[in-house]
Amino acid sequence: MAQGSETPRLDTFAKLLCGHARVRPARPAMRHKDLGIWRTWTWSEMAETIRAFAAGLRQLGLERGATIAVIGENRPAMYWTILAAQWLGAIPVPVYADAVADEMAYVLAHADVGFAVVQDQEQVDKLITIQDQIPNLKVVLYDEPRGLRDYDHSRLHEVSAIIEKGRAQLASDPAAAAAIDAEKDRGEADDISIILYTSGTTGRSKGVLFSAGRSIDAARDTVEFDKLTDRDEVLAYLPLAWVGDHYLNYAHAMVAGFCVACPESRETAESDLQEIGPTFYFAPPRIFEALLTRITIRMEDAGALKRRMFNHFIGVARRWGEKILNREKVPLAARLNYALGNLFVYAPLKNVLGFSRIRVAYTAGEAIGPDLFSFYRSLGLNLKQLYGQTEAFLYVTSQPDGQIRAGTVGPATPNVDIRIADDGEVLYRSPGQFVGYYKDDERTVETVTQDGYVKTGDAGFFDSEGHLNIIDRAKDVGKLRSGALFAPKYIENKLKFYPNIKEAVAYGQGQDFVACMLNIDLTAVGNWAERNNIAYASYQELAQRPEVYAMFADHIAEVNRSLATEPRMAAAQVRRFLILHKELDADDGEMTRTQKVRRGFIAERYKPLVDALYNGSDAADISTEVTFEDGRKGILSARVRIADAQVQNLTTLEAAA
Amino acid sequence: MNAPGEPLLAVDGVSLAFGGVKAITDVSFDIRKGEIRAIIGPNGAGKTSMLNVVNGFYHPQQGRITYKGNTRSRMRPYQAASQGIARTFQNVALFRGMTTLDNIMVGRTLKMHSGLFWQMLRYGPAMREEIEHRRVVEDIIDFLQIESIRKTPVGKLPYGLQKRVELGRALAMEPELLLLDEPMAGMNIEEKEDMCRYILDLNRHFGTTIALIEHDMGVVMDLSDRVVVLEYGHKIADGTPEKIKSDPKVIEAYLGVGH
Repeated sequence: MAQGSETPRLDTFAKLLCGHARVRPARPAMRHKDLGIWRTWTWSEMAETIRAFAAGLRQLGLERGATIAVIGENRPAMYWTILAAQWLGAIPVPVYADAVADEMAYVLAHADVGFAVVQDQEQVDKLITIQDQIPNLKVVLYDEPRGLRDYDHSRLHEVSAIIEKGRAQLASDPAAAAAIDAEKDRGEADDISIILYTSGTTGRSKGVLFSAGRSIDAARDTVEFDKLTDRDEVLAYLPLAWVGDHYLNYAHAMVAGFCVACPESRETAESDLQEIGPTFYFAPPRIFEALLTRITIRMEDAGALKRRMFNHFIGVARRWGEKILNREKVPLAARLNYALGNLFVYAPLKNVLGFSRIRVAYTAGEAIGPDLFSFYRSLGLNLKQLYGQTEAFLYVTSQPDGQIRAGTVGPATPNVDIRIADDGEVLYRSPGQFVGYYKDDERTVETVTQDGYVKTGDAGFFDSEGHLNIIDRAKDVGKLRSGALFAPKYIENKLKFYPNIKEAVAYGQGQDFVACMLNIDLTAVGNWAERNNIAYASYQELAQRPEVYAMFADHIAEVNRSLATEPRMAAAQVRRFLILHKELDADDGEMTRTQKVRRGFIAERYKPLVDALYNGSDAADISTEVTFEDGRKGILSARVRIADAQVQNLTTLEAAA
Repeated sequence: MNAPGEPLLAVDGVSLAFGGVKAITDVSFDIRKGEIRAIIGPNGAGKTSMLNVVNGFYHPQQGRITYKGNTRSRMRPYQAASQGIARTFQNVALFRGMTTLDNIMVGRTLKMHSGLFWQMLRYGPAMREEIEHRRVVEDIIDFLQIESIRKTPVGKLPYGLQKRVELGRALAMEPELLLLDEPMAGMNIEEKEDMCRYILDLNRHFGTTIALIEHDMGVVMDLSDRVVVLEYGHKIADGTPEKIKSDPKVIEAYLGVGH
């Protein structure tokens, strides 16, 4: 809309806020459902509130350059804190609301926070238990007063009371009002606008510094890329401390001037989504997966007529939907059929999911199954993938409308340079990239190259159309004995997209070829066995049935065919495989608690099997200790068959390698 | 906890029998304003019967009940309700086909004043009144943190949540005396902790007087100001949790005694 002429000069979030209050004072800026009713703040109301909040915080002693923790779910008061702090030139530090007290203590102490704005009693209690570890913390503000009445209020204040105090001061003291406005005008592009702490899956979490100017530049690029305007709307349900929320919801809204709706609570996000009907949406793959499972289950319970209608039109959508979305040529009859399907199935379905108004939806974070991905796209939902990381201020590649390929994450976004290092690692230079790690110059130097590129730690390659393929963490990517690239997770993900395959573990580092161990998915394979009259008495027996081996061999052959189409991956086709007699389990240490396979541990534990995969034998004996649900231990012995898989033109490839 | 106030309700020499079965024999105790009063005892001790007497569901053959200074021997449940006594049940008693919201709105019935005519039209005074009641109900929903199940039929909810909805319905009456019959029965530890939190908040911040029956001794001893112990319809002890814990009669009733 009106971003062209005057907004580009605005280089801090507070200035953007006042810009919106001038340009679109009556447009909604934020909504929140409270006591069952959606309450809306317009840009002018929000700007007035933030100004008062900033005045209130300044009275409490918040100064330029000081850090202030923000701990809570997506609620207006939390976003207002971020804005009011930025107004004063202070640095907000959002913290994951579900973090346990000890994790929180580390971040708060590391960031030297003197102020904290928290959602409720739960968070106040956490701060009280760790107060010895965060001696700098002087002032705590809370949003929900419930349960806090009897607390010592010498250092504790309610957010709304502080806003009121600020408002009163602005009204009665013109000098203070002028000082507040001057603070806003002092802000500049190089100010640190926020510190986002990484989740810390690899060691201690790091504080990633972003500057206002860079954040806004990055958001401007993507706002343009996806044509976001002040008519758009999002539902903010992603964790406040995650870069995704700060970028997709906060920074986008501040640049484009659209409305951010805050759900009533975390549990109601789904029904709030339906009520709001956002136009821009992000969800990790597992949410899309969970939704599809729910749809499938509900359709199975539906009447025969509805079920047939659903199946018929989903078939139509699978065949034509994506083509129509990509604006390819589609015969008229198919278009009519699809329109009918839209009337009867797709539109009502999307309405139930709250997807009716979505123009752009993104997913990222982990690999999304091609089937799952195309299901949503075939319904007409413009779902796309992006790739990025915290340090990049979220994303460096994303799929343009109409150029969607399931396996890739798209070409670089505007003004982003991506380079692939010799060892396959993806490096980028982006307008929004981080300034450095807070109090950790050593790590900053390690991560950023001399010429300003950031190392992602991920390995990938560009395909023939210039779309980036991410294959694995760079440190996990190995080489076969021939020197060909071996990316275990890439292969495992391809295998796991089959519903029958629950887990896959690929080996090949320093070997002649790739081999893998698989786990059957008991529900899916059990169902299949029932339909095909295959009798079995136990998991172990089902896993070793020749019919199951035959089915899995087909799956692997298909995966090999798809690997063969990618020149860098073709040598890493799976040549031999086995199906494990037991499920890989975190209780036995075979997986992490977040359900990731521990390849090295498994290789050691099942050494006889790994040896057998490579020495050509067609079966191997194994006995392993298992831990039962009640904590007892037992020995599980089995004879596991090993089978060969069909591979594509290996000879030519080996010659090439 | 709250300083012991004047008695809100006093039970004096109450006996209740069903035919030849004596459920309660000559029991006297009082509930003071602003306290949490627990009634405990082994199975079949007459605890639920006692609550039923208090809220007028059963009529004792002997004895008197004084509530807010008025002594009576008979009272109908709706009279008890209109005087500010609300209760929840041991076995959840909700309208299973209705939503959480509607179930709690039912608790406002006694506070509806507009005539049936307007209510049927859902217009004019009835509409204004309904909006006012909805505001109260939404506060309760917020208090009990059940926003996410506002529109869910309660029959579909897990047991722990149904109990919470039932408490919500009792709260909708804005009671002075709240009777809870085994509010934690069948709950897991987390649900119990939540429920304790609600009971304490109700008592401390809204000053609601609470009488509860509960089998979880940890809960009883932590929550209540005073405990009355029944066994086979007789009162065997009455006093603070500390006193009850060390009372030999109570120990005998619960643990048996070596002979």
